[in-house]
Amino acid sequence: MTDITISNGIPVTDYPRDALVKKRYRAERRFKFYGIAAIILTALFLSVVLLDVLFKGLPAFSEYRVDLKVTADQAALDPQNTRDPVTLLAGNYDKIIRDALAAQFPDVSTRAERRALNGLLSSGASDDFRRMISGNPSLIGQEVTVPVLLSDDADQFLKGYQTSEIVLEGTGTLSQTLNGETYSLRSTGDDFAKAFQEMQGFLFERLEKLTTESARLEKLIPGLDANAASSLQSQIDAIKAEAQTLNARITDANVAIELDEKLPSLLVNVNGGTIKASQISPSGIDGVKLITPASAEAAAPGSWSMLTLVTPESNRRVQDQAAIWLTKMKSEGLVERAFATRFFTSGDSREPELAGIRGALTGTLWTLAVTLLLCLPLGVGAAIYLEEFAPKNRVTEIIEININNLAAVPSIVFGLLGLAMFLNFFDLPRSAPLVGGLVLALLVMPTIIIASRAALRSVPPSIKEAALGVGASHQQAIFHHVLPLAMPGIMTGTIIGMAHALGETAPLLMIGMVAFIVDIPGGITDASTVLPVQIYLWSDLPEVAFQAKTAAAILVLLVFLFVMNAAAIMLRRRFERRW
Amino acid sequence: MTATYFLILALLTVSLFLVGRQRASSLAGAEPSSLHSLPSYHGMFLAALIALSMLLVYVLGAPLANRYVEAQALAGIDPATIADGLGRSAVFRDIHSILAGTYAGTASPELANAASAYSSAVSLTGWLLLIGGVALALAAAMMGFRLIGPQFRARNSVERLIKYVLLACSAIAVLTTIGIVFSVVFETIQFFTKVSPIDFLFGLQWSPQTAIRADQVGSSGAFGIVPLVVGTLLITVIAIAVAGPLGLFAAIYMAEYASPRTRAIVKPILEILAGVPTVVLGFFAALTVAPFIRGWGETFGLSVSSESALAAGLVMGMMIIPFVSSLSDDVINAVPQSLRDGSYAMGATKSETIKKVILPAALPGIVSAFMLAISRAVGETMIVVMAAGLAANLTFNPLEAVTTFTVQIKTILVGDQEFDSAKTLSAFALGFVLFFFTLVLNFIALQIVKRYREQYD
Repeated sequence: MTDITISNGIPVTDYPRDALVKKRYRAERRFKFYGIAAIILTALFLSVVLLDVLFKGLPAFSEYRVDLKVTADQAALDPQNTRDPVTLLAGNYDKIIRDALAAQFPDVSTRAERRALNGLLSSGASDDFRRMISGNPSLIGQEVTVPVLLSDDADQFLKGYQTSEIVLEGTGTLSQTLNGETYSLRSTGDDFAKAFQEMQGFLFERLEKLTTESARLEKLIPGLDANAASSLQSQIDAIKAEAQTLNARITDANVAIELDEKLPSLLVNVNGGTIKASQISPSGIDGVKLITPASAEAAAPGSWSMLTLVTPESNRRVQDQAAIWLTKMKSEGLVERAFATRFFTSGDSREPELAGIRGALTGTLWTLAVTLLLCLPLGVGAAIYLEEFAPKNRVTEIIEININNLAAVPSIVFGLLGLAMFLNFFDLPRSAPLVGGLVLALLVMPTIIIASRAALRSVPPSIKEAALGVGASHQQAIFHHVLPLAMPGIMTGTIIGMAHALGETAPLLMIGMVAFIVDIPGGITDASTVLPVQIYLWSDLPEVAFQAKTAAAILVLLVFLFVMNAAAIMLRRRFERRW
Repeated sequence: MTATYFLILALLTVSLFLVGRQRASSLAGAEPSSLHSLPSYHGMFLAALIALSMLLVYVLGAPLANRYVEAQALAGIDPATIADGLGRSAVFRDIHSILAGTYAGTASPELANAASAYSSAVSLTGWLLLIGGVALALAAAMMGFRLIGPQFRARNSVERLIKYVLLACSAIAVLTTIGIVFSVVFETIQFFTKVSPIDFLFGLQWSPQTAIRADQVGSSGAFGIVPLVVGTLLITVIAIAVAGPLGLFAAIYMAEYASPRTRAIVKPILEILAGVPTVVLGFFAALTVAPFIRGWGETFGLSVSSESALAAGLVMGMMIIPFVSSLSDDVINAVPQSLRDGSYAMGATKSETIKKVILPAALPGIVSAFMLAISRAVGETMIVVMAAGLAANLTFNPLEAVTTFTVQIKTILVGDQEFDSAKTLSAFALGFVLFFFTLVLNFIALQIVKRYREQYD
């Protein structure tokens, strides 16, 4: 009979219950883990965003310049010897700088080559020189060293963003024979055999890419209509044909590879010159000169080197010729990397290397000044009224509901308000910090009202009662006693509200603060832009260098936000009293 | 002139404040307590009289002055050129540049006359305004000065005035709402005279380009918002799918499990995330997340457009995590401890308590937190502008480009606009729908929170 166990009061087996408890504890641990995972994921996302911006933005705080020795030629700068400031500003500084650069490369003779060489310089390359001379005319006629700004592409190349480079020291003795325009280089070591293998590797990679791409495109065909399908089919056929020719080039291991612009560039530095390989075989290369070697003698092992620019020439903005010029100037110590003060001292520009954030920063300051002047008194006034004087009635309730709802209205709707009211109805100037400040003031006022009310509420009623007790009027009690004690809380709320206004973009787009403005705004009615809008504008531009500028501008914005928030926290820590 | 006017206003106000205060103290003499109000209240009374009367003159006078100046300036101009607003503003632009000396070329005698008439009218009205304002202010000050005396209740008057000023401050919030409603409603009504509301609400095609010439082909303009609704919905759903679980679990952990030290570390992280400007997140979405998703899609043989709903939705989800978590944190904390204690006493584990007791109790609050987060996501602009694209595709595929209300508003209204065209007006209609939708969502959410608070208070 089973009675025995039951009457004992001892369970037959406690196994199932044990399992249940274990299961419940497992569920407990799992649940807790979900919470931790959610927090870690969020923190991870935040750090990825910040690090991403940091890595993209830091390079933009420095710029490459060439230090050129030039003679400040009087004939070009001040022909009449007047030292008149206007004449000095109009002088032909570009020519002097270009001549000085050309003097570095005596090889360069044709017009096309000279144009390519001048293309290394920024279109504002002579600005620094001009400023130097017009600031100190006594330098005319003397030899001076001028920092000359490089173009954004050259800058990107020197920073290593255009291509990665592989440098191999020559291990054998290199002999060169010149046959017409073609240099044939042969090494006694196995240097070229290695390079040949490497090049084959690149070819294989490209073949693989083409194969996967054609496979991917083929999968898409069934879902398309006849027209799109046939155009896609012809695209696939082109890819396949390219793959086929590639395949033919690879199959034979000993046939020389033609190096076209879709393959990495192989450059050989020998005797102070550079040869670009146009064909490679395991025994050596044939190529053309980019810089003529000083002599045709054989080069000893270690005295020559091979440079591979991995990104194919067709995929980068700096061609091999320019790349070699830059590399040469870098190895001679002519280019220097310096902190880009320009970024903080100049306005917007179409040229990435010349563009700066000063205009946007000034615009931001004007806009925020208007915002602060409007929303602080209005917000605090509204808070005092609602907290202390408002009768408890329907009107007050409507105002309160209104403020809470206003805090959650999409910011772009405030932009519509600005456009329809301030621009079209009141006819205020477009793109001006005045209107931007007005819109932002309305936008952040709910925040400030809510924060100020909380601060006023946190002052204990005993303070007010004591003031009333010694005969102060209601307003005296509030303005002389409650408000000063609530001030730290109000300031904290205001700073947070201003930080919010600082990062706001959408409503300012609506009121036309998106124009391309080079000048630094001088007042609240001048056309201007603000930092977040500048970020948006730059992020839309195709130049790669602008991406870095965008990220750098974001860093500046984040620093401002960080400072403001830190100030708010400090204020709270230092002045907030617990009652 | 305006600057001078307000400078004089400020000067007069300050000096009359001093005069009033001085007068009151000298009247009181050796016995200050004989005054009903402190001397500075008498000063403030006078100052307020001055400031108010001068402001009154300005507010009433300035529009009149403007009208007069315009009439004088346009008197000599051919009526045909100023028949519409465009021509009139062109004339004024010319007048301004002539007066500033930046006019290109030589001005026609007609314009030059207008410019001189304009400038003389400006200076005339300016002087009239100033004289009128100062005269009224001084008259008011004389009257006020006579009132000053031991019996005069200056404090009560000043305090009443201050109270009205404070009331006006809080009325600004209401005025803002009214302003928003007016600025979108008028244009929306105008829009509906050109496009029928049925087409607007149920049309399946959105292409706001309208023909400039009547005989143009293929640009008739279609204003059906269904693709925008679907696009907005798609991105919002992705965002909530990310932010919902993450934000809720983060809130539960913070409220129920975390030690005060952990809270002190995690809370700032969430606050920082909430403070990152959306333009920064948009940059991240467009330049990092979107290419990443595209590359990832290609390795799996999927075709991902370079501006995908997924990228925008994911980043937007991350953006609204702090909203969900801080609001949910609040409502979970508001659940009374007695409910927890009761559950523990029955032998429930912590997670069982949370799942079976706390979450059901906090459900209304959590629902409202989600509603606020949704309204945030629907109204968010920069992330979608930078990462979601412009193509109004009617699709539910998150790997394709979609467009949203905010993107379309921004695209239509930024740059040159033709006034009163259906295209420009459609942006305001979109804004109206957006405003109305978020307002209703917020209103309901706030009401739920309010009722929920009352339940446990």
